[in-house]
Amino acid sequence: MNMAVDGLGVEKVHVWRGDRHVLQGVSLTLRPRELLHVSGPNGSGKTTLLRVVCGLLRPEQGRVSWLGQSISSVRAEYQAALAYASHEPALKGDLTALENLRFAVGLKRRVSAGELRASLERTGVAACADLPARVLSAGQRRRVAMARVLAMSASLWLLDEPFTNLDAAGTNLVSGLLQSHVEQGGAALVVAHHDLKIAVAMRRLELGP
Amino acid sequence: MSVGALEAFALVVRRELCLSFRRPDQLLQPLVFFLIVTTLFPLGLSLQLSLLRDMAPGVLWVAALLSSLLSLDSLFKSDADDGTLEQLALCGQGLTVIVVAKTFAHWLVTGAALVLASPVVGTALGIPGSAFPTMMLSLGLGTLTLSWLGAIGAGLTVGLKRGNVLLSLIVLPLAMPLLIFGAGATDRAISGTPAAGALYFLAALCVFTCTLAPFAATVALRITLE
Repeated sequence: MNMAVDGLGVEKVHVWRGDRHVLQGVSLTLRPRELLHVSGPNGSGKTTLLRVVCGLLRPEQGRVSWLGQSISSVRAEYQAALAYASHEPALKGDLTALENLRFAVGLKRRVSAGELRASLERTGVAACADLPARVLSAGQRRRVAMARVLAMSASLWLLDEPFTNLDAAGTNLVSGLLQSHVEQGGAALVVAHHDLKIAVAMRRLELGP
Repeated sequence: MSVGALEAFALVVRRELCLSFRRPDQLLQPLVFFLIVTTLFPLGLSLQLSLLRDMAPGVLWVAALLSSLLSLDSLFKSDADDGTLEQLALCGQGLTVIVVAKTFAHWLVTGAALVLASPVVGTALGIPGSAFPTMMLSLGLGTLTLSWLGAIGAGLTVGLKRGNVLLSLIVLPLAMPLLIFGAGATDRAISGTPAAGALYFLAALCVFTCTLAPFAATVALRITLE
């Protein structure tokens, strides 16, 4: 049995998009203190896999489990434990960075404005807290999205291309955040098309074209 | 500490209202449309008050239906386009709570606003003051029902590029009973006959959609999210 009873398990997942067999029996496990780097060429199904793992997309075949149980049967617990960052920063342009965080994180857990400001500080965008998201640069928006992941204090991070639009300092920052998350007992699944430079034990899953 | 469903509901309503008030042009569009269409009729028709009064319920309700439809398209679309809908779907609260909160907030800024503006329009159309309570109650029930029907349509068409035409085609036929009974109730109130029958029917439709539409809209939205 390829199942992680203390973490995330994906077993022989198949997804078709029309005639295209996007995911052909993908299996993986992810336990606490592990980082899994999913890579592959464009169109290989990296984002599709991430959406299946989140539970946003139901696979035609196969199973995704959390702590040994199917994610559809423990949906609330699973969603409370995960933080997902899609390749879009998912911010409302008319709300400030802080409001964006408050409305997104506030649905998961009770959180104070101080905590939210602290997570914006950790991602280096504390100065943008009270600016509308639409005036932020693409890199700043990515950092705010990362601050949202931090503020959710989730044990499982599911990140889709978290380094897009980031400068060298931003890339190092996100790498550092991933490292400390894994070292503190968290798990992370990162979709990225380039190599990750993170000083933790890392496994790699290469998806074919 | 986890967040309860009621708390999540309140937070999403606040988020929606906050977003609406940051965009006053979009917020006022349905209301302005309603006011313009209804006040054009007295100018366009002859100055016979009796004719205006006969037409008032129909004009009022057609304008209310169309102006509510104007804003339905954006109910889930902007959240789907910028990726925030996925975040809402994964917030651990269940999508139904989010759908209920968003639809309720949508009604507050469109339907409730129309209800509050309706006495002005009623006066312009020559509706007597004694008919205002029935007119406002019927509009309140009707617009709330319409928001729920619209939530199903908006959920089904959220993935389409220009879904607003399809949305109108889905929602308008379902809204016909509202138009018939809503205009009927207002008409009876103007003529001074009891309007309770039509109001009960509107209330029944409202309860029916309020209880079932959240689940239908959630399923529709989940399908389009995939």
